[in-house]
Amino acid sequence: MSDQSTPLRRFWAEFRENKVAVVALVVMVLMGLLALFASVVSPQNPYDLANLSLMDSRRPPGFVGSGGYTHLLGTDPQGRDLLSAIFYGLRISIQIGLAAGFVSLTIGTFLGILAAYLGGRIETLIMRMVDLQLSFPAILLALVIVAMLGQGKAQLIGALVAAQYAYFARTAYGAAKAERGKDYIEAAVATPLSTRLVMLRHLLPNCTPPLIVVATVQIANSISLEATLSFLGLGLPVTEPSLGMLISNGFPYMMSGRYWISVYPGVALIILIVAINIVGDQVRDQFNPRLRR
Amino acid sequence: MTAFVKIDGVSRVFGPNLTTGEKIAAKLGARVETRSVHAVSDVSLEVRKGETLGLVGESGCGKSTLGRLIAGILPPSSGRVTIDGVPVMTHGVKATTRVQTVFQDPFASLDPRMKVGDTVAEGPITHGLTTRADAASYVAEWFRKVGLDPVWADRYPHQFSGGQRQRIAIARALAMKPDVLICDEPVASLDVSIQAQIINLFLELTRDLNLTTVFISHDLSVVRHVSDRVAVMYLGRIVELGPVAEVFGTPAHPYTDALIGSVPKLVLDGDELVRFETIKGEVPSPLSPPAGCFFHPRCALATPECSRDMPLMRPVAGRAEADTRAVACHHSEQLVPG
Repeated sequence: MSDQSTPLRRFWAEFRENKVAVVALVVMVLMGLLALFASVVSPQNPYDLANLSLMDSRRPPGFVGSGGYTHLLGTDPQGRDLLSAIFYGLRISIQIGLAAGFVSLTIGTFLGILAAYLGGRIETLIMRMVDLQLSFPAILLALVIVAMLGQGKAQLIGALVAAQYAYFARTAYGAAKAERGKDYIEAAVATPLSTRLVMLRHLLPNCTPPLIVVATVQIANSISLEATLSFLGLGLPVTEPSLGMLISNGFPYMMSGRYWISVYPGVALIILIVAINIVGDQVRDQFNPRLRR
Repeated sequence: MTAFVKIDGVSRVFGPNLTTGEKIAAKLGARVETRSVHAVSDVSLEVRKGETLGLVGESGCGKSTLGRLIAGILPPSSGRVTIDGVPVMTHGVKATTRVQTVFQDPFASLDPRMKVGDTVAEGPITHGLTTRADAASYVAEWFRKVGLDPVWADRYPHQFSGGQRQRIAIARALAMKPDVLICDEPVASLDVSIQAQIINLFLELTRDLNLTTVFISHDLSVVRHVSDRVAVMYLGRIVELGPVAEVFGTPAHPYTDALIGSVPKLVLDGDELVRFETIKGEVPSPLSPPAGCFFHPRCALATPECSRDMPLMRPVAGRAEADTRAVACHHSEQLVPG
């Protein structure tokens, strides 16, 4: 009876032991905050065309523009302050990553648990559909869907969800299949409790650890997938540049020595994705009983 | 005394559960196992109100499956189970709360992510035995009855020992106010020192609540201690049935006799430890049980008749037809002469 701490507190105590993961978590939270308060911390609103001057375009880092402030990371071809554009781009990237991640988490988990619990034809139908989809590269699927639906945030999120829900369905299915055979589920069925109650109150909470891990990885994937689509010109409209589009914007100038337009948004993207992945890895290790000390 | 729980010609067959791919492979002539296991074959039993029926047999003899059929966890392939005339299952779904189960492993039978108080309260709230507002006091009452401190209701299963967990599982079953309790090896996974406590708790509660109990165990001494009557199972069939003292005292089936003989005892004969007899041979595969009496390949009394005809349950020699003592053996007279 000694163990009085909550599971969450124990989880944090273990998480704290990995210093790299803690740093990654701090970076992740910091970038989240920068994105959230982009309008406060940015020297310029890059979406407001009235603020932009073509005289300031493609200026190197440290240039003092017509606005009277220093462009720490330089400016892009439209004369946007790159630092501000990165903050705003970060906001869009994280927004889309989170939205796509959570929608595909919900849909995929629902399908996976349903398949595992009900079995039979429904299981075969859902899981073969998932298998079929996993055999396509996610980027290809997203490209096709965006090309069909057109540009815009909702369409982009839809494409990312369609490309990624299968991973969640797979994970939820595996976890639920393992939990399904355990006595506590049988005990709940034997009470008897309704199928809905057994799935929501018993099966779902016991399937969450692997889903959290997949969710962190998939949010990072959503962000990089979105950046890829934007880089290819299939993402968001030019007026609301995400990180991918900023990279794309600067690409033609790379060879003429104006590296900063592409490189700095790229660095921001890499830092974000690496931070999320390190945190995700640590969470996965902590949920893996075989690595438990 | 009439039958309260009536098990009427119940069978349960487990198919090989083939996937679509395996079915196609089997059709094309691949070597896929397509035989079925008859876990329980044509079992008829009656349990009287307030009685404790012991169900014994080796592992894999179908006693747990029979328990699940009575508890309404598994639908029978044929036959049916009724409690007080009401079927336990309708259309493959459990239709009653009058029968509850205590499972073997208390480490697996409690939801690890649910507070134990919520686990106990969940069923009664769902079935209107208590309200969400009164649940805490309802749970506290049952915690006290099974010897647990009610303040522990807010803890999670991992914070309890095996014996305490089994008490929680018992509270969960009894909080549903059942008439019938199925105990599926409830002490098998506990320490010997804890077993006695839990068994005494069972005896106390079944008496106080006038419960009708089916007590499944492979431990003959436990069954002897708690049961009024006992049913012996072998490969999915009941081979002997009768009052505990009589079945264990003068077994009428060679399998029962061998089972009792195989129990290790701490009896010394002089300085020598008494050797106990193991039953020779292996339990045949339930995928392909032998013809005739399922026990004949291992039986000392077997005759050609035994490998030909399946013996049916009949009254033990010298007993009236209506008596509850019955045996499925061609040669029971050699063990219990009339």
